[in-house]
Amino acid sequence: MAFAAFSTSTSAPEPAPRRKSPIALLLLLPGILYLVLFFLAPLVSLLLTSFQAPSEFGDVGQYSYAFRWENYVDVVAAYWPHIMRSFGYALIATVLALVFSYPLAYFIGVKARPWPLLQSLMLVLVIAPFFISFLLRTLAWKQLLSDESFVITSLKALSVLGPDAHFTGTPFAVIFGLTYNFIPFMTLPLYTTLERLDLRYLEAGSDLYARPFDVFRKITIPLSMPGIVAGTLLTFIPAAGDYINASRDFLGGPDTQMIGNVIEANFLVLQNYPAAAALSIILMSVILVMVSVYVKRSGTEELL
Amino acid sequence: MKISLGKWLLPLYSLLALIFLMVPIVYTFVFSFNDSLKSNITWRGFTFDKWLNVCQVQNGAVCEAFGNSILIGVVATVVATTLGTMIAIALVRYRFRFRAETSLLLFLPMATPEVVLGAGLAAQFLSLGVPKDMSTIILAHTMFCISFVVVTVKARVAGLDPALEEAGRDLYGSAAQVFARITFPLLLPGILAAALLSFALSFDDFIITNFNSGAVTTFPKYIYVSAARGIPAEANVIASAVFIFALVIVVTAQVSRAAKEKRLAKQG
Repeated sequence: MAFAAFSTSTSAPEPAPRRKSPIALLLLLPGILYLVLFFLAPLVSLLLTSFQAPSEFGDVGQYSYAFRWENYVDVVAAYWPHIMRSFGYALIATVLALVFSYPLAYFIGVKARPWPLLQSLMLVLVIAPFFISFLLRTLAWKQLLSDESFVITSLKALSVLGPDAHFTGTPFAVIFGLTYNFIPFMTLPLYTTLERLDLRYLEAGSDLYARPFDVFRKITIPLSMPGIVAGTLLTFIPAAGDYINASRDFLGGPDTQMIGNVIEANFLVLQNYPAAAALSIILMSVILVMVSVYVKRSGTEELL
Repeated sequence: MKISLGKWLLPLYSLLALIFLMVPIVYTFVFSFNDSLKSNITWRGFTFDKWLNVCQVQNGAVCEAFGNSILIGVVATVVATTLGTMIAIALVRYRFRFRAETSLLLFLPMATPEVVLGAGLAAQFLSLGVPKDMSTIILAHTMFCISFVVVTVKARVAGLDPALEEAGRDLYGSAAQVFARITFPLLLPGILAAALLSFALSFDDFIITNFNSGAVTTFPKYIYVSAARGIPAEANVIASAVFIFALVIVVTAQVSRAAKEKRLAKQG
């Protein structure tokens, strides 16, 4: 429910004049210390672990501190397809979620303005999937998309699908799951910017003889850019690191494993901590670089 | 004809989109009434049994996991909301050095994939030799909730009219009185919203929990572990009950806010 992070930050009114006081330190210190201990220190720990070498005794799961940078070469060589798949799937899911959400958010935020009750009701329905377990809703799709389900069998009976069509375990199913699960993260920030969209700009556009499509492309889209940026980030980041949808017990198969799956397997099953740590560092670095470039290029730095 | 079609296209699409979003929820709810045996995949007939005997299955494993999730969620929410609210007040009200660094430190946990947060903490606990149990899960959940609390409460603090507190001070209220009688009550809706958000994030978290839970089972972890051999309908019962409960809270909040706005509008 990270939407709050992005949707509220832009709507704050003028702040009160700021004072300097020792109270500030007292207020900040406990929370900041907590984040240093349980967020920053673990990242350092992860970085150190990623350079560890197997211990001399050769026991499984025993490593000693070293500067074995070859760990990175090894994991990239071994898991190149998983790394590419993660970013590819996440990118497709983000685009699909944007295409799905924009008209919906536009309707709730612009067209439904005369009916505030309808707006609230629709917003509740958009976030409703959050209220039911992430894992159970993914499993529900697995059942609904399985070969024996009434959805698939009736589509096959109607010849909409070929007799050999198969969904679960395919990249299609994983991307479908990623898209579905992160749609609310896309719709909500889009809604918050579209809800504040000043319709007079659109009227001005059509008064100046712009065609509806040009009004949309040259006025609506640029004005809703903060929502688009926030929504795509909130969808892309968790989607790239997700391993539920791609897991074999959920929507994935052996050929759909993403970077999250191999981090989990290396850390919790194989006890190959350096490999898991190196993959995590790679995932985080790529995301941070992509995010900062994206935010710079779209000119919405104030979001952060 | 063309015009009316264009006019109805967007509402129709929105309706279908919302129905699409509801599909897995309805599925989960319907299958909580399934007279299933071990796994809950094919429909075998309607029954209320699962709702009435939720804790009977597998010696109460589902309920135990659910209880753990509630306990973890409550503790993490209380700690994160307290720490986060303090930070939010400091950020809006005071000037201090390292402001930019503080903001970055608060933003980063929200931009880091969960799998990295989970693996990082697990690597730290491993290198320090800390055994993983309920307390490591609570430590982890508190960590990722703090930033969300700060963002939620910050908006509320920024929207606070400083004149109200000044009035309190002018009337010789002590700093503690002004905070307890004016600032805190005005911030309360924001703090409650942040607490609800924290609890929801903690309750549904699986990825970070999976890395830091050891042998402890939370509700999402129970589902993940059972997914291979089949999930009993009782899990659907709990998920559906939580869903209805959350829906009631949200709808009540929306309705009371709408009523308040109407009242304010009437007073002019």
